[in-house]
Amino acid sequence: MKRDSFLEQIGWLGAALGLALLLTVLVALPAGAPPFETIYVLFKGGLSSISKIGRVFSVWVPLTLCAVGLLLPFTARLWNIGVEGQVIMGAIFCTAALRPYDEGGMMQIAIAIGAGMLGGALWALLAGLLRVFGRVHEIFSGLGLNFVALGVTLWLIFGPWKRAGVASMSGTQPIDISLWLPKIGKLSVSWIGLALTITAIIAVYFLLHRTKWGLKLRAVGENPKAATLFALGPRRRLLQAFMICGACAGLAGATQVLGVYHRLLPAISSNYGYTALLVGMMASYRLGLVPFICLFFAILNVGSIQLPLQMGLDSSLSGVIQGVMVLSVFIIQGVRMWVREREEVD
Amino acid sequence: MEIFALTLAGIFMAGAPLVLATLGETLTEKAGIINLSLDGSILLSAMTAFAISTTFDNPWLGVLGGMGVGALIAGVLGIIGIYLGQSQLAVGFILTLLCRDLAYFLGHSFSRQPGPDLGMWTIPGIGDITFIGPLFGSQSPVVYLSLFAIFLCWWWMYRTEGGIRLRAVGESPRAAFGRGIRVRLVRLCYCLAGGALVGMAGAAYSLAVKPGWGRPQGCEGAGWIVLAIVIFGGWHPVRAALGAFFFAAIQISGIYLQDVFPSIPAPVFQVAPFPIMILTLLAMNTGRMGWVQDFVRRYPFLKNASKGWSVEAPAALGEDFNPKKGL
Repeated sequence: MKRDSFLEQIGWLGAALGLALLLTVLVALPAGAPPFETIYVLFKGGLSSISKIGRVFSVWVPLTLCAVGLLLPFTARLWNIGVEGQVIMGAIFCTAALRPYDEGGMMQIAIAIGAGMLGGALWALLAGLLRVFGRVHEIFSGLGLNFVALGVTLWLIFGPWKRAGVASMSGTQPIDISLWLPKIGKLSVSWIGLALTITAIIAVYFLLHRTKWGLKLRAVGENPKAATLFALGPRRRLLQAFMICGACAGLAGATQVLGVYHRLLPAISSNYGYTALLVGMMASYRLGLVPFICLFFAILNVGSIQLPLQMGLDSSLSGVIQGVMVLSVFIIQGVRMWVREREEVD
Repeated sequence: MEIFALTLAGIFMAGAPLVLATLGETLTEKAGIINLSLDGSILLSAMTAFAISTTFDNPWLGVLGGMGVGALIAGVLGIIGIYLGQSQLAVGFILTLLCRDLAYFLGHSFSRQPGPDLGMWTIPGIGDITFIGPLFGSQSPVVYLSLFAIFLCWWWMYRTEGGIRLRAVGESPRAAFGRGIRVRLVRLCYCLAGGALVGMAGAAYSLAVKPGWGRPQGCEGAGWIVLAIVIFGGWHPVRAALGAFFFAAIQISGIYLQDVFPSIPAPVFQVAPFPIMILTLLAMNTGRMGWVQDFVRRYPFLKNASKGWSVEAPAALGEDFNPKKGL
């Protein structure tokens, strides 16, 4: 099989982006939105000022954490769809760890972050156990647990953790300002979140490409039967991969509580888990691409907040564009394979 | 008795869209294609159905529109999955998220608007019969449609030649190809047909079961339940329909339990089907494990009782078939 030249690869990438743009325009028309103005507003809303770029990075942090975590189960050919619920569980554990403190400092923040990672890891372990020992397909175990986690959040907000007097969808009592993640200047992103995310990217790179553990995990993914015969412990390794992914997602949940919302609320996960799955698919699970795609998706997410204000459109357009982009990548991949097949026949 | 019949009538109503979508997905999976996009398809077709019926003031046009959208989404999945050889699961998942956001985006201006719904059909003459009267005398058209669809699907699958072709491409595409069946085309057709049924389920939500459109509509998550019911139903239309009514009963009982436990907030009961979904799948798969099978073998009465508990999926479910790559 011949490999495509660099120019051809650029061409295919251009085709995918062009198709995505075309589909987006087609989608925008029936909503009565002028397509190019809408796209302009979208990007302006994400990039026009320093504070907006700060907000983009505060979205980038949890999104990237989830997306790099997802690479581990995927290396073993498993989808951790439960990542959304693991973010929520991380946020719940993080809030729980902070409840005894009225105020605090770095020590309490560290405890809360640790609790968040534990929560995410435990929730992922549950999905993993259901997959490995219960043989429930990870799509159903993960997805079901996402909804369960949402149910637990709602129960906590309206039940035991409700704000004195009122219980509402706006969440629990906000945490004290001394427990917030320290921000960079006036930007809404915290250096702790950025540092943790970059650490996570490097850690996942080392785990996958520089350790025996990563090599064995890859072997489990390529051939589970052989992995059993060679005593690589596929079950244990899958569970470990799930748990590390869950810990990353839980960390994302903790940064949402400590750095963004400062309380627990039903929309705490902001769909980042599902978006991270899209990022992973678009990057074909290559680590090098993940942070950049996350950055682009984060710009879309932040920019879309302007849509209802300026254009009277629903903010879900960002999700539409993200979905259309990933779909276009898959379509172009398919067309590329089809073209190559025809060349081989000739 | 009267109350029991009314509860049962409520289960029929809540189960109607679940049944329609389950039958659609059963058809698709019987042909060997997994359409994972159900959750988004249902939402987008619900939105389309409501938007069309509001614009033209005709709910049945809305149902047709919903079916069209469902078929269109399934068609996109079918073409990318069957002809372009991409992962059906991945494309289905992308379509789920894409269609959900698309529904909210395009339906923005129809949000919380009043609109027509399908109303009730009354069958004359049986309204006064005890038990049957409240159950079937006056129901939403989607209930009659869903009951008819169960019969139609069963009949098509097991009593017609088309049904044999359908099962052949799902069980053994190579053998089917050898018999001169155009495997990919048949698969695409059932993908479209299944998608149309899923679209009808979406229309049933926004025009009958939970009339109206908004964010959230109220049918979010139903698609995932349906995917689990298809497995629970063992890819058999009648058993799948029973599974759908079982989950509808759980949803209905949530409303009653809410009165019993007023301290638990209402949204918690809405997620109740999901842990039950996991437990059902767990219980079904337990039957396949070695130690359970040994245990069952030791006790003959268990063997009889567990007959038909574990079911096998269509053998070629989710597998590619490319006739050019040799048989």
